Amino acid sequence: MKYKKLRGLSLQVIPFTEIEKLSISERVKKVLNLVLSNKIVIIHGRLRAEEEARLIEDTMALVDHVKNFKGIELAVIEPDLKDKGVFEKFKHGLAKRLVGDSEALTVVGPSSIVKEIKRDPRKIELFLS
Amino acid sequence: MLRILRDFSKRMLRSLFGKKESIKIGFYGPPNAGKTSLANRICKDWTGEDIGVVSRVPHETRHVQFKEKVEIKHKGKSLIFKLIDTPGIATKIDYENFLHYGIKKGEAKKRAKEATQGIIESIQWLDDMNAVVIVLDASENPYSQVNITIIGNLVARKIPVLIVANKIDLKKAEVKKVESAFPEYDVIGISAKEGINIEEFYEALFRLAKKV
Repeated sequence: MKYKKLRGLSLQVIPFTEIEKLSISERVKKVLNLVLSNKIVIIHGRLRAEEEARLIEDTMALVDHVKNFKGIELAVIEPDLKDKGVFEKFKHGLAKRLVGDSEALTVVGPSSIVKEIKRDPRKIELFLS
Repeated sequence: MLRILRDFSKRMLRSLFGKKESIKIGFYGPPNAGKTSLANRICKDWTGEDIGVVSRVPHETRHVQFKEKVEIKHKGKSLIFKLIDTPGIATKIDYENFLHYGIKKGEAKKRAKEATQGIIESIQWLDDMNAVVIVLDASENPYSQVNITIIGNLVARKIPVLIVANKIDLKKAEVKKVESAFPEYDVIGISAKEGINIEEFYEALFRLAKKV
C-alpha cells in the first residue's frame, strides 16, 4: 500500500497557564495566528462557549480577507464523567472553577490541513488532507 | 428561586392582562440540517406562506430571515411567535464545494463570501432569542463541535433549547444517537420535508415556550 508523505505538519501545544490571563480577543487572536501559520494547535484546557463562538466569528472574518484560508476544524475532548461518582464530579467541577477546564483538550487546525475531526465521547480522530 | 418567581410573575401578568407578546424562536444548527424546511413547514401550517428558499446546496440561507406574528394553536391553547431562521453555522467555507453542485466559479465565490457573513450574523443574533430550536440532521454524527458550541452559548445565555433530530425519513437517521449526545435536552425526531411527527414537535414547542 502506498502512503502519502506528510510534509510540514506542525503541532503547537499551549498549556492552559499560557492563556488563562488573556482576554477573549487575545486568546482567539493567539490561536488564529498559529492556525494561519499552518499549525495544529492543541490547547491543554478548553475555551469558554463564548470564546468558541468568537473563534468561529473571527475565523469567518479571516476567510473573507485572507487568501487561501478556508477556515478551521475544531474539537474538544473532555473526560467522560457519566459513570463517575458524585465526589469525582464535584472534584472535577471544583478544579474547573479554580484552574479552568484543564482536563479537557482543544484541537484547532486549519481546514486546509485537517480535513475532518471525528469526535465521540471517548476519542478524537484527525483526518488530514 | 428568583428565576422561578420571575417566571411565575411573568406568566401571571400575561394571563391577567391577556397581553400576547411574540415569543422569539430562533432556528439554529449546522448547514443543510433543515432549519428553513422546518420554519417553512410551520409558516405554511399557520400563515400559508414560506419563510425562505430551500435547496440541496449548503448555505442556501445566508441572511437571517424572519416571520412576525405567527399564531400557533395547539390543544386549545394559542401562542404568538416570531420565527427567526438563521444561516447554518460552520467553521469552514470553501467555495470549491459549491462547484460540485454545478454552480459557476464566480457565483460560488460570491456564495462563500455571503455564507461567511451569514455565520457571523447568526452568532450575533443569539442574544436576541427568547428560545431556540436546534435543528440537526439525524443521519449525521451529532458530536460535532459546532453543535456543542451553539448549545454551550445558549446555556451561557440561559436561553431554553429544544433539539430537533430532522430527516427521520432517511434510512441512516438515528434519533437515539442524537438523544444520547444531548441527554439533558428534549429531543424530537421529525421529518420537516415529509411532515412526520409535526404534532409532537408542536407539543414540544409549547413546552419550550413555557420555559421563556
